[in-house]
Formats: sequence, C-alpha cells, structure tokens
Amino acid sequence: MIKIAKYVLYDILRNRIIILYTLFLLVVTLSMFSLDSDPGKSTLSLLNIILLVLPLVSIIFTTIHFFNSYEFIELLLSQPVNRKTIFFAEFVALSLALSLAYLIGVALPMLVLNYNGSSIYMTLAGLLLTFVFVALAFGASVSTRDKAKAIGVALLFWFYFTLIYDGFILYIIYSFSDYPLEKVTLTLVSLNPIDLARIIILLKLDLSALMGYTGAFYKNFFGSNLGIIYSFLSLAVWTLAPLMLAMRRFVRKDI
Amino acid sequence: MITVSNLSKHFNRLDVLKSITIDFNAGKSFAMIGPNGSGKTTLIKCILGMVLPDQGEIRVNGKPISNDWHYRQGIGYMPQIGRYPDQMKIGQLFDMIRDLRQDQTRLDEDLIKEFKLDQMKDKRMHTLSGGTRQKVSASLAFLFHPPILILDEPTAGLDPLAVEALKAKIRCEENKDKLFLISSHIMSDLDELSAYVVYLEEGKILFNDSIETLKKETGESKLGKAIAMVMKRNSKATEGR
Repeated sequence: MIKIAKYVLYDILRNRIIILYTLFLLVVTLSMFSLDSDPGKSTLSLLNIILLVLPLVSIIFTTIHFFNSYEFIELLLSQPVNRKTIFFAEFVALSLALSLAYLIGVALPMLVLNYNGSSIYMTLAGLLLTFVFVALAFGASVSTRDKAKAIGVALLFWFYFTLIYDGFILYIIYSFSDYPLEKVTLTLVSLNPIDLARIIILLKLDLSALMGYTGAFYKNFFGSNLGIIYSFLSLAVWTLAPLMLAMRRFVRKDI
Repeated sequence: MITVSNLSKHFNRLDVLKSITIDFNAGKSFAMIGPNGSGKTTLIKCILGMVLPDQGEIRVNGKPISNDWHYRQGIGYMPQIGRYPDQMKIGQLFDMIRDLRQDQTRLDEDLIKEFKLDQMKDKRMHTLSGGTRQKVSASLAFLFHPPILILDEPTAGLDPLAVEALKAKIRCEENKDKLFLISSHIMSDLDELSAYVVYLEEGKILFNDSIETLKKETGESKLGKAIAMVMKRNSKATEGR
C-alpha cells in the first residue's frame, strides 16, 4: 500500500494546486497575525477562514483528484493488486498531502507566532477536519461515475455542513427555547464535524462567555478531559464511517 | 484455464452479457469477434475483475476469481484504450509496475526494445500519440511472461511496422503454450493469429469453434467473409422469426 501511496503522492505534488493552496494558507495566516497585535484575536479570525476554506478545498480537491486518477486505478486493477489496497493508498496519499499543506501553511507559523493551548488544539482539529472531508469526498466520488455530479455532491456536503446545518440548529434552538436543550444541542453538534472543531477551539480560546448559558454548559462538558476526548473521538468516527462506506462501495464498483 | 459459467451482466436496463458459458483452455488462441457493443470488452473486464458480474462465475486455473486478486499475476492485459497517469514518464510507469510486481524477476523486454520505448523514457504519458500508448500497453502486457494474455483490439492505431512486430511477438508466444484472447475487428489479423473463434452478438455466444470448421461450414477461404456469412445468416434468422 505504501508503494502505491508513494506514487499517488508524487502525482499530487507534481500538481501545482496543492502548492498554491499551501501558499494561500501561509499568506492568510501571516497576514492575520500581522494585522492584529492580539494573537488571540488573530487566531479567532484565522479560525473562521480555516473552517470555511479547509473543508472546501479538501473535499473538492479530493473529488477531482479521484476522477483524474481513474486511469491510474484502471491500470492498477489489471495488475495483481487488491482493490482495498488501492483505495486506502489513495486515501492515505490525499490526506497526507492536504495535511502537509495545512501543517506548513497554518499550523507551523501559528505555533511559532503564538504557541499556546489553543494553537495546538487548532492544529489537531484542522488535521482531523482534513481527514473527515477527504473521507466524505471519497463517499461522493464512488457514488457516481459522473465527475460533475460527484463534484456537485461534494459541494452539497460542504454547503450542508457549513451553512444549512447551522441554520437547522438555530431553528431548533429558537423554536424550542423554552425547554432545556443542552443535551440535545450537544448531540446535534456532534453530528457536524465543522461545529465540533469550532467549539473545541472557541472554548480553548476562552470566548465561551460570549455564548451565554449554553456556552457555560459546553465549557463544562468540552472543557473537561472527557469532553475533549469525546469531541476528538467524534471527529475520528466522522472520518472512519464515510471512509468505510466508500470502501465497501468501491470494492463492488464496475471500473 | 479460464472457465466462464452462466455469466450475466447488465448496465442499467441494458443486458450486456446474457448467461455466457465458455471454456478457454491453455495453449489455444481465441479470436473474439462481434459487432460493437456485443459485450466483448465487458467479458474481458469481467475476467479481469474490473466489472463484477450479476450472476455466474469465472474460474481461473480452477479457482473462482471473486474476492481474489492473486490470479491476475498470471494475466497480461492490453486494454482497448490504454489510459495512464498524465504526469508520469514512460520510464517511471515501467519502474512503477515493476516495483509493484517484485515477485517477478524474469522480464520480457522484447517489445520495449522493438518499439524503441527505452529511447523515450523521459516522455510524459500525456504527450504520447495514441499509437505510442498502444505500444506501451502491449509492452506492459508481455512484460512478466504471463501464461494468459488478453489483448483488446491490439492492432488498432498502430503503424504497419509496429503491427508486424506485435504479430510476430504474439506468434512467438503462442508457440510457448500460452492462452491468448484477442478481440479485434481486423479479420485478416485474427486469421493469422488465432486458431479458434468466439463470435459474440448481443451478449450471447453464437459461435465457438475452430476457424477451420467455420471456413468449411461457410465454404469461404477467408475469416472475414466467413464471419460476414454467419452474421447475415443470423440477421435473416431473426427477421424470419
């Protein structure tokens, strides 16, 4: 598997998009930190950009790459290679490439300029978020033979998790505001990887005071060790579940 | 060597293969003939495990191929349209395949030399012409001395010199008791290369015998004319129904 992943990685790195993405992240991070003298605020602004851009780039790049490497997959399938091996090699190579871009573009300068707990959390959350959206992209890619359709499905995932889901949660909280909703919203938040990442970092930045009563409840839960383990585990489930579903589909797919 | 039993496959509403049963035995060379869309490539892809059949079973050397991939060690495949990663160089492609197949140390590089591919190692795959790609595909298929060779339209797009080189290679390997499955629309090539003919139409095998028998049956001396006779006879039979 490592052999195949090596060749996929080589192909990705030859493609200049990933380098442009790294540079873009680097420019954004450096400008955020030079604009504001308070590194906490810079981290917060950076967070908002990262939570939009990182899932989008991860999911779209992976989907397009999957379809562009169809020839490569075809070639490997005529060789004595296990389909599962090909699938996991693709996943490992793509998540590695995108994680590297994130590490170089965001995590490294952030840790150098503002080394504290929230930066470390943001690094971890960003990496996990990359894995989640690469896995979701594989789900979108194996669901159809049509590249345009798959990109559409991938975009829909992104819209859903960044915009639609937030609206849905707000609606629920608003219409049931008379009831104690802490546990319900906690469950609902776990159903959205982007929200999970956001809350972990916001709590670490100690901005939960802005979030009122729910914020206090979240801090109580997510601030504890158990809460942190829970949120990182949820993100891991968010990676593994779509990945396994996509793999099952891929193994039975006609190439 | 390859046993196909009751193989069926449909894509959406289209039945591409309808309960096909056939044996391909070692040491024989089969020509696969049939109109466009008759299911030749689908049958080949089923044997390679790229397309998964709805029903039926394929056995290679006695072992069912579903959920297995080791059997592909013994198959050399030349696709109809060879598609390769754009950014890869010819040399890298061969290195990669060799790297993946480290179990094989005996290499057959006759075609690489014959087609002078070793002289353009640094060319990227996307800059190659269709014919050069075909040459790469052919060289890859023969590279590991596989006992089974499946060639999907091998001569399409090749220049006359390359066609002759490839045919010479096929004839040479046929003498080594290998199983050949060649699909093509160029009857004269198949006439030279194969002893047996499998005629597919609309997902069914209509004829499976030696070329000699076919020629005798139809009274034609050329494979092309003999097949045309079968096709005509067939369409008349369907009209008559």
